[in-house]
Amino acid sequence: MNIVSLLQLIVSSSLVYAAPLIFTALGGTFSERSGVVNIGLEGIMVMGAFMSAIFNLMFYSTFGAMTPWLGLLAGGLIGILFSLIHAVATINLRADHIVSGTVINLAAPALAVFLTRAIYGAAQTGPLARSFGFADIFLLEKIPVIGPIFFQNTSGPAYLGILTAVIAWVVLFKTRFGLRLRSVGEHPHAAETLGINVYLMKYAGVMISGFLGGIGGAIQAQAIHNEFGILTVAGQGFIAMAAMIFGKWNPLGAMAAAIFFGFAQSLARIGNYIPIIQDIPGVWLQVLPYLLTIIILVGVVGRSVAPKDLGNTFVKSK
Amino acid sequence: MQTTNQSRLNALLIPTLSILLGFIFGALLMLLFGYNPIDAYEAMLMGVFNSPYFMGEAMRQATVLTFTGLGFAIAFKAGFFNIGIAGQLLAGWVAAIWVALSFPDLPRIVLLTLSIGAAIIAGAVWAGIAGALRAYFGTSEVIVTIMLNYTALHLTNYIIRNVLTTGNTTDRVGENADLSVGWLTELTQGSRINMGLFIAIIVVILYWVFMTQMTAGFEVRAVGLNPDASTYAGMSAERNIILSMLISGGLAGLGGAVHGLGTFGNLFTQSGLPSLGFNGIAVALLGLGNPIGIFFSSILFGVLDVGAGFMPNRAGVPDEMADIVIAAIIFFVGANYIIRVALDKMRSSKTAEKGGE
Repeated sequence: MNIVSLLQLIVSSSLVYAAPLIFTALGGTFSERSGVVNIGLEGIMVMGAFMSAIFNLMFYSTFGAMTPWLGLLAGGLIGILFSLIHAVATINLRADHIVSGTVINLAAPALAVFLTRAIYGAAQTGPLARSFGFADIFLLEKIPVIGPIFFQNTSGPAYLGILTAVIAWVVLFKTRFGLRLRSVGEHPHAAETLGINVYLMKYAGVMISGFLGGIGGAIQAQAIHNEFGILTVAGQGFIAMAAMIFGKWNPLGAMAAAIFFGFAQSLARIGNYIPIIQDIPGVWLQVLPYLLTIIILVGVVGRSVAPKDLGNTFVKSK
Repeated sequence: MQTTNQSRLNALLIPTLSILLGFIFGALLMLLFGYNPIDAYEAMLMGVFNSPYFMGEAMRQATVLTFTGLGFAIAFKAGFFNIGIAGQLLAGWVAAIWVALSFPDLPRIVLLTLSIGAAIIAGAVWAGIAGALRAYFGTSEVIVTIMLNYTALHLTNYIIRNVLTTGNTTDRVGENADLSVGWLTELTQGSRINMGLFIAIIVVILYWVFMTQMTAGFEVRAVGLNPDASTYAGMSAERNIILSMLISGGLAGLGGAVHGLGTFGNLFTQSGLPSLGFNGIAVALLGLGNPIGIFFSSILFGVLDVGAGFMPNRAGVPDEMADIVIAAIIFFVGANYIIRVALDKMRSSKTAEKGGE
């Protein structure tokens, strides 16, 4: 295997595994910037994966090649719906954020498999009608050397994720909405004094995280597993949260961290083709993403500062 | 005086109402999908309570849940979320089986002590990593314990396939590492209930003594309630974080030993993390951190877990329904603000009526 095709393999499979993490980490960023911890992202991804799989199987005959892309929307919508449970519990009912997130993570796999059984009579859906597969990125693929490595036979959703990260950065740091969202996460009472509707902002943050987390799950089902079952989403939501922290609650940082974790995850699959890495026993490549997450969290924690009012319940002034 | 009575009443009312609301939610969901909830719940309860065997199985499940629940609870009391109970249970399971298979000829009492001891240490170390990182680097124990869960899962499967055997299942442990108790097995017509039950009852008592009667337990609670004030009072936050995580993981590891030696007597590759870990979290939250509450919550969830197996055949309802009910119960426990507001409203309207008389 020559160096260009080896790099092409590494880049494309890193991006394939990174795509769900990018979207979910961006979702986490919005939620936590508004002050709500969302460890329920894992469960939200499960629901997104489930919904997109159902959509994919039911509507392939109608939408054809567009089906997986529309499946992202289906996953995103169910994600919003599920994140509302977390929003109501943490914002209105003053539940502990971690407890509520744990409920989401307990409920989602049970509910998704329950529904899969109710619809298909089995615990998994079976192969989807159409998965994302690999695509060339329009025009950019024609650039010499860089084109074949980065833009040929690569993951479409990952590039959509990178684009979304840029948009998310603009929204968070360059718009009025973003400023308000961040102020609510830093000092809700000051924000309230300035006439900002704190509850509304927190709802927006959590619902955006539901939408993006649902999309992340939809990519996991339609680009990586090509079916929905109980093992489709296995810890990716948590890794995405780690990417968000590693990226210091900044969309661009979260995206970069997600790509790095995507690379770490892909090694277990493509390690056999890469010199040096092929000599490492498989089990180390399997646990690498998780151990790396811990090492990175220990290493960067001094330098990354969470939103100031993260995890606290806001009680309206009377 | 009245307020203590009322808070005690709430401490019982909130879990009871949460359980009720959880079951109602499950029933509504079943109605929505055209299932008959009465049939489903009846299948679940009759399936367990009509047979000594399945009652024994439910108690066996409750035994392990008591350990994982107490494990989660002690870290929770100290202000930490040990989401890694599942991984620590797995670590304990591996350690117990490994020791039991390595020294099959030791006398029963020695071998059981060694096996269970190794499991407690394995679980404690696995949780202690997260505790130490939290204490010295401020690293979020939530993320670290979750990552250690998946690490434990992959390492366990690797150890089974490459160290303990070449296949996917280890040999069964010898009779000297057997946890079963003759008369209990007979009483429950051959269920896998074992002496773990007695260990669990002892641990419940020890937990209560530790938390309410000993200085170390008081410090753990104090740090959980207000870390700054406890540090000011001369308690070491670092020491208490690590101590509570070590005990937490040790209890989970003990649960792993009882599950491994008592329920299965062997170890096999896992496709996902054992649900006993996460249900332990649910048990602890429902028991509101009270050891006796946790014990009874474990029995409830043991019945739900074992009874769920009857729902597909007898009522045509997928057995995931039980997990949905569990999640709903914990939702209402977590969001108990709504229950408290409703109770207060009812109470204040009652006193208002009385005042009018």
